[in-house]
Amino acid sequence: MKKVGVVRFLGTNCDRDIWQACETKGYQPEWLWHEDNFDINNYEAVIIPGGFSYGDYLRCGAMAAKSPVMKSVVEFAESGKPVLGICNGFQILCEVGLLPGALVRNTKGMFVDKWIELKTENPCEHWGASVKESKLPIAHGEGRFHIEPDQLEKIKKSGQIWLTYKENPNGSVEDIAGVLNENKNVAGLMPHPERAMFDWMGGNDGFSFF
Amino acid sequence: MKVGVKILPRKEVLDSQGRTVTKTLQSNKFSVSDCKVGKYLEIEVDAKTEQEALDEVKKMAEFVLYNPLTESYNLEVL
Repeated sequence: MKKVGVVRFLGTNCDRDIWQACETKGYQPEWLWHEDNFDINNYEAVIIPGGFSYGDYLRCGAMAAKSPVMKSVVEFAESGKPVLGICNGFQILCEVGLLPGALVRNTKGMFVDKWIELKTENPCEHWGASVKESKLPIAHGEGRFHIEPDQLEKIKKSGQIWLTYKENPNGSVEDIAGVLNENKNVAGLMPHPERAMFDWMGGNDGFSFF
Repeated sequence: MKVGVKILPRKEVLDSQGRTVTKTLQSNKFSVSDCKVGKYLEIEVDAKTEQEALDEVKKMAEFVLYNPLTESYNLEVL
């Protein structure tokens, strides 16, 4: 059974949903507390759930990126194992430098909370490898993906653009909804696959992401 | 003319954001005893003299930019 570490910060609020998603898929989830380091050999994958870590103070994900648990996550990612960051988890992975770019306030300044259609540009072998198109919920105020033009060219060439929105909800550069690192073992996305596991949730496209 | 407006939480008011930043810095071995987090605004105004610019921005600060119950502010001509 696949053992998955689920990171919890003060202010994480999608942790139970991720736990449930892991159990649904037959994985064995285990909490990883933000103040602790962990042994990277104990887990086969790590997920950083969404929420508002450290109250989103300073910048989204800024302080979470400096927490002890993230030192282990970086070590884990550098060993080539799969890491997934969702929403605030994506913001944290960008802040810690495991993913390119940054996430800033939505163009219209409004929090967006709705279902949205996505296209997979470059599949990620660890998370939703077979998904070509999907419909997932988004819920964020700071989800506009920002990246410098030269870096954008670089990630385009290296196939690091994972997911794009069919209709851009937040002003993200090139409609980007999710990116991968160069090694393709670290992935981050703003939409919430864990909120779309079954039909009764409004859709089940998230099921294939885990 | 450009005027800078620095807005900080009053010391009587718990600055939860400042406290969180303080703790993060401390736990990363920085020697910090306190930190406040506020806002900084740069406002471009049409004014002939520095005093006129400051007076105008003071009006704006009192109109909407700060809340005297929870915050204090400082102005500077840039």
